[in-house]
Amino acid sequence: MNAVVEEHHDHDHKPTGLGRWLFSTNHKDIGSMYLWFSFTMFFIGGALALLIRAELFQPGMQIVEPEFFNQLTTLHGLIMVFGVIMPAFVGLANWQLPMMIGAPDMALPRMNNWSFWLLPGAFGMLLASLVMSIMGLGSAPNFGWTFYAPLSTTYGPDSTDYFIFSVHLMGISSVMGAINVIATIMNMRAPGMTYMKMPIFVWTWFITAYLLIAVMPVLAGVVTMMLTDRNFGTSFFSAAGGGDPVMFQHIFWFFGHPEVYIMILPAFGIISSIVPTFSRKPLFGYSSMVYATASIAFLSFIVWAHHMFTTGMPVAGELFFMYATMLIAIPTGVKVFNWISTMWRGSLTFETPMLFAIAFIFLFTMGGFTGLMLCIVPADFQYHDTYFVVAHFHYVLVTGAAFSIMAAVYFWLPKWTGNMYDEKLGKLHFWLTTISANVLFFPMHFVGLAGMPRRIPDYALQFAEFNQIASIGAFVFGFSQLIFLYVVIKCVRGGKKATGEVWEGAKGLEFELPSPAPFHSYTTPPEVK
Amino acid sequence: MTAQNPDNRTADNPKIIGKLLVLVVAMFGFGFALVPLYDVFCDVTGLNGKTGNKVSFEIAPIVDESRVIKVTFLTSLNESMPWNFQAEQSFIKVHPGKPTTVNFIAKNTSNKSIIGQAVPSVAPGLAAAYFQKTECFCFTQQKLKAGEEKLMPVTFIVDSKLPKGMNEIVLSYTFFVSNKNEQDLSVATYDETAKSKSLTLSLNQDHIL
Repeated sequence: MNAVVEEHHDHDHKPTGLGRWLFSTNHKDIGSMYLWFSFTMFFIGGALALLIRAELFQPGMQIVEPEFFNQLTTLHGLIMVFGVIMPAFVGLANWQLPMMIGAPDMALPRMNNWSFWLLPGAFGMLLASLVMSIMGLGSAPNFGWTFYAPLSTTYGPDSTDYFIFSVHLMGISSVMGAINVIATIMNMRAPGMTYMKMPIFVWTWFITAYLLIAVMPVLAGVVTMMLTDRNFGTSFFSAAGGGDPVMFQHIFWFFGHPEVYIMILPAFGIISSIVPTFSRKPLFGYSSMVYATASIAFLSFIVWAHHMFTTGMPVAGELFFMYATMLIAIPTGVKVFNWISTMWRGSLTFETPMLFAIAFIFLFTMGGFTGLMLCIVPADFQYHDTYFVVAHFHYVLVTGAAFSIMAAVYFWLPKWTGNMYDEKLGKLHFWLTTISANVLFFPMHFVGLAGMPRRIPDYALQFAEFNQIASIGAFVFGFSQLIFLYVVIKCVRGGKKATGEVWEGAKGLEFELPSPAPFHSYTTPPEVK
Repeated sequence: MTAQNPDNRTADNPKIIGKLLVLVVAMFGFGFALVPLYDVFCDVTGLNGKTGNKVSFEIAPIVDESRVIKVTFLTSLNESMPWNFQAEQSFIKVHPGKPTTVNFIAKNTSNKSIIGQAVPSVAPGLAAAYFQKTECFCFTQQKLKAGEEKLMPVTFIVDSKLPKGMNEIVLSYTFFVSNKNEQDLSVATYDETAKSKSLTLSLNQDHIL
């Protein structure tokens, strides 16, 4: 590894032109590319969501064919999970981890470059299938983001093989990213920074990286089984050949449940950085935060079948998975109470990142409570595959994960660009986003409880009003994000100069660097006491 | 592990990468290991209520004349298989412990030979352990020539140890087009893997009443 040695040569000398980005080994450039990639995908996935909501504005078939509607829900889910939330967190990790632990760069800069550049390939392939579908050349993946067999094996369209290869690439990218994060955290910490002195964001990413390494290979395994079932005559998921389609769900959710924590643990880290800053108090219960994160990660491996209560599981199994799932509420509750205790009697100010962080705590907790409702077996038989589930996971993923990402961008953008963002527009963005997100997702609870199934293009008349409200919320939410885009671009181009500290009294090694942070962060490691 | 001296901070990298890569490969293997583990787990714990394609040998059963169990038959075809498939009677009332034979009729309505595999399922799941088949067309793959009709018997015994209060059992069969069709249409041999694999399927879902 002579990368570090080389970097001493290029100190303060940025490569220019396209090559700067294509061959970049700089954690900040790669972090920016991840974030811009995620932002682009956010608008693509969002456009698909708006088409879905436009179709659902009224009962009856309005805009798209049912077959195309299925492709929309599938691509929307895949893009938002694998193309928006995950790359955004990796981008934040790239930007922040080296600065937070006092390192000059990530431990494995070349692998970092490769793990980013696999993503455009992966999503290019996935989106190509959608483009071909629009051109009338066959269907894009249409089996939902969970791609249950036999929908994706026996009945999958030809483009399923594109999808499989694309998932393989995303998996390789995530695993490489995770290895890089672990190597960086284990090897590159500044002298004196012991594990229990690491910022919580570093801790949550450390644990997330282990989750990624544990479950992305399982996802690769299950899509490989699909590939051989489809093309090479195996019968992993085909009953006629001795396989079992229910087994697909077991393997998928063994990946899938840790995956949803991969999408929320870094968010916990972000909120744990922002709340103390704007409360002007240290984080309450640091070590309990670390242990809570680790417990959530452990529990995520033994709850997967709560997604499958209606597959005809024996009662013993249902009870086990119900109780295990309920247990997760305890470490999560510890976190929520710690954040509230951090704010308690703090001298609070409400800049945009803090607003998003508080909204996160409130709305994510609501999503957590609907999760508790869903884990109760007899109730789940009623809620299963209804819009109630859709409401639940959008509360934890949009007002949870996505809000934390927006909070993080507002929080660290001045550090990255050297300029303060436009606070007025940031607040406007916050209020529009938060109100419209609730207008969009809250009615889904009601239609779900009333029995409206998910993933359908048409519905019974009695669901019309709530769907109209949701659709209006969706369009306001979608277009509000253009304000976010404008704020970010405006901030990158200029604005009031940010100080090194950025926020009054902000703690952490990243705030000891000047703003904008130099191209190579800590070439001489700081001493941590 | 404490923080490293800045000069050799990356010296450990190959070791860490190596360990993590082993973990990646192991977890990829674990995904595949879940396939047999899934069966073993259900066999050992008796979860999942599977009746399987297994022959049961019940010698000199005790007939319990005091109880009457209603056994209902369901038949279905998968993937628009061009067969007709029905039970001769929709239900039968039996005494626990008494061997009973019921006929199923399958007819191939297409103009080519097709090999099918029937997959049984018993509901409620807990009854599966007490439902023994001594003869069943599901033990072997069935080949029907174009237009051929075949009478297929099933002999079963409801175990007299069937828990009290359980008075109705549903036996369901789904016929699948065997993947043997593509390979060798002339031999309808018994697929050993199909025998040992769990074949409980979505059928169970139909039975949660």
